[in-house]
Amino acid sequence: MTAAIESHEAAPARTAKGAVFDRTFEALCFGAATLLLTALGGLIVSLAIGGWPAFAKFGPRFFISSDWDPVQEVYGASGAIVGTLVSSALALLFALPLALGVAIFLVELCPVRLRRPIGTAVELLAGIPSIVYGMWGLFVFAPWFAHNVQLPIMTAAPPGSIWETITSGVPNGAGILAASLILAIMILPFIAATLRELLLTIPPAVRESAYGLGSNTFEVIRKVSLPYIRTGAVGAIMLGLGRALGETMAVTFIIGNSHGFPTSIFASGATIASTIANEFAEATGELHTASLIALGLVLFVITFAVLALARLMIGRQVNS
Amino acid sequence: MIRRLLLGLAAAAALAGCSGKGGETKAPAGPQISGAGATFPAPLYAKWAEAQRAATGLTLNYQAIGSGGGIKQIEAGTVAFGASDKPLKPAELEQNGLLQFPTVMGGVVPVANLPGVAPGAIKLTGPVLADIYLGKVKTWADPELAQANAGVKLPNLPITVVHRADGSGTSFLFTSYLAGVAPAWAKVGASDSVAWPAGIGGKGNDGVAALVKQTPGAIGYVEYAYAKQNGMAYALLQNASGAFVAPTAASFAAAAAGADWANAPGFYLLLLNQPGKDAWPITGATFILMHRRQADPAQARAVLSFFDWAYKNGDAQALALDYVALPEPVKALARRSWAGIVGPDGKPVYAPAS
Repeated sequence: MTAAIESHEAAPARTAKGAVFDRTFEALCFGAATLLLTALGGLIVSLAIGGWPAFAKFGPRFFISSDWDPVQEVYGASGAIVGTLVSSALALLFALPLALGVAIFLVELCPVRLRRPIGTAVELLAGIPSIVYGMWGLFVFAPWFAHNVQLPIMTAAPPGSIWETITSGVPNGAGILAASLILAIMILPFIAATLRELLLTIPPAVRESAYGLGSNTFEVIRKVSLPYIRTGAVGAIMLGLGRALGETMAVTFIIGNSHGFPTSIFASGATIASTIANEFAEATGELHTASLIALGLVLFVITFAVLALARLMIGRQVNS
Repeated sequence: MIRRLLLGLAAAAALAGCSGKGGETKAPAGPQISGAGATFPAPLYAKWAEAQRAATGLTLNYQAIGSGGGIKQIEAGTVAFGASDKPLKPAELEQNGLLQFPTVMGGVVPVANLPGVAPGAIKLTGPVLADIYLGKVKTWADPELAQANAGVKLPNLPITVVHRADGSGTSFLFTSYLAGVAPAWAKVGASDSVAWPAGIGGKGNDGVAALVKQTPGAIGYVEYAYAKQNGMAYALLQNASGAFVAPTAASFAAAAAGADWANAPGFYLLLLNQPGKDAWPITGATFILMHRRQADPAQARAVLSFFDWAYKNGDAQALALDYVALPEPVKALARRSWAGIVGPDGKPVYAPAS
C-alpha cells in the first residue's frame, strides 16, 4: 500500500486526463466511505429518537428493572440485557476452546491433504442460515439435549441442594444454556477462521527457531505461537462475541422467551434481539414500540463497544 | 400449518409469477390493490386473490407483516387496506377515520401433552385454565382438575405452561378470554403480548406446538387450524352454558351465530364465551381496516369488490384451509357498513349487488 503511494507520487507529470480521472476516483471512494458513515450516524440518531419516549418515561429504571409488561405499558430491559450478555458469554466459553483446537490443528498439525477439506467444512458452518440453526435447535437439538443432558443432571441433583437450585427448570431443552450451545456452533467458524489466519502470520523462522531449541509441539504452541498472536486473538474472540450478541432467529427459537432474570442454567430467558423479533411486528402502543427501539439502541451500543474493542486489538497486533 | 403455509406460498408464487409477467409484457387486466397486516388470514387472502385474479383480473398485493404492522400501515395511508386479528375499539376507529369489518373466523384451542390421555379426554373450565396459566395449578393431579375430569386418570406430572413468545392475535384472544372468565387474570391483562406469570414461550404456532410435544405434562394454545392439521391433543373447554365442547368448525360457527353483531359498533366483538350450548368459548374474527374517506374511489371500490366477491364465493376455500366462514347475516351487516366509505364527493364508493 505505502509502496504504491510512493511510486504514484514519484511518477512524472501526469496527463490532464489522468488527473481528472484520479480526482473523480478519489471523490467516489471518499463518497463510498462517508455514505456508509452517514448511514451509520443516521441509524444511531433515528434509534435514539425512536427510543426516546421510553428513555424519557422510565429513565434509569429502563436499564434496571426486568418488568416487561405490554398491558400495563411498563418496560424494563435488564432481563433482556442480562440474557444477551449471559448467552453470548457462555457461547464464547464453549466455542473458544474448540475454535482454538481447530485453528491450531489446521495450521500446526494437520496433514496437508486434510487441511483444505477440514478448513472448508468449518467455514461451511458459517454459511448456514441462522433460521436453519433455529429449526434444528428446536426440533432436533432441544429434545436430544433435554433427554441426554438436562434430565440426567436434574435427576442426579440431590433434593434441597444448591445443585438442584441451579439446575431447576423445565426439562424440554429450551433455555439459555441450549441457546448458548447453538450460538457456540454458530460463532465457532468465525473465531476459528480468524485464529487460523493469525497463526499463519507467524513467520516460519520464529516457529522453527523454537523447534531448533528442542521444544516439542505443545511447547511451541503454548510458549511461542499463542503469545505471538495474543492480541489479535482477543480481537477474533470479540468478533465472535459481536456476532453472538446480535444473533436473532436461532436464539428466538430455543431460548424459551421469558422476560425476567434467569434463575438457573436451564431457565428460559430472552435476549434483546429475540425480544425485538418477537414483539416488533405486533407492537401497537407508542411506548411499546419506543421501548423496542430503545432496546435496539442498547444492543447497538453493546455490539459497537465490543467491535470497537476488537478493532483496537487487531490494530495493535498488526502494528506490533 | 405446513399445508396452509405451502398453499399460501404456492398462491403467492402464482401471484408473483402472474404479476411479474403482466408487468413485463402488458399492463395487468384489472385493478391492483395493496394491503398489509395479519399473518393469520394471509394464506386465505392469497387463495382468494388467486381465484379472483382468474375470475375478474383484480390483483392483490398482500404483505403479511403482522396485525400491528397492518394497523400502522393503514394509519399512515401506505396501503389500501390494513388487516388485523385484533379489532380496533370504536373510539380508535373514530380517531383515525377508519372503518372495520370482519372477513373470516378462527379460534384458539388449548392443547396438552399427557401420556396415556386421549385427545379430547381432558376437560377444562375457564377458571382452571386461568389458574394453570397463572401458575397456581402446578400439577395435573391438582384437585381443581380432578373435579372436572371425573373418570379420567390424569398423570401426576408437573404442568409446563407454554405460551406464544411473539406478539399475536392468538394470544390476544386467549388472554382476553382468561380475563373474561377469571377475575384473577385481571392483573395480567389482555393483549397480543403480556407479561406471562408462568411458563415458557414458543415462537409462532409451530414453536408452541413443538415445545408442547417435547414436554410431557405441557399445556399450550394454538390456532384451531394448526391444531386440526397437526392432529394435536386438544382439550374440551366449558362454554358459557356449562357444556364441555370440542373445537370444531361447527362449534366456532355456533359461537358466531349466537353473537350480537348488530349492536357492536365498528364490529368490535370478540366471540368469547358466547351463549349457545355448542359455542366454542375462544373464537374470534379477523378484520379489515379501511379509511372512511377515500381520495381514490376506484381503489376503494376494488378493495370492497374483492371482499364482496370473497363473501359470495370464498367460503369453500376458507373451509378447505380450516377457517370458519362468517354467517350470512354478519356478511350482510358488513356489506351494509360499506356505505360508510365515501369518495371525495361524499357518495359511497361501492354499492354491493345484494
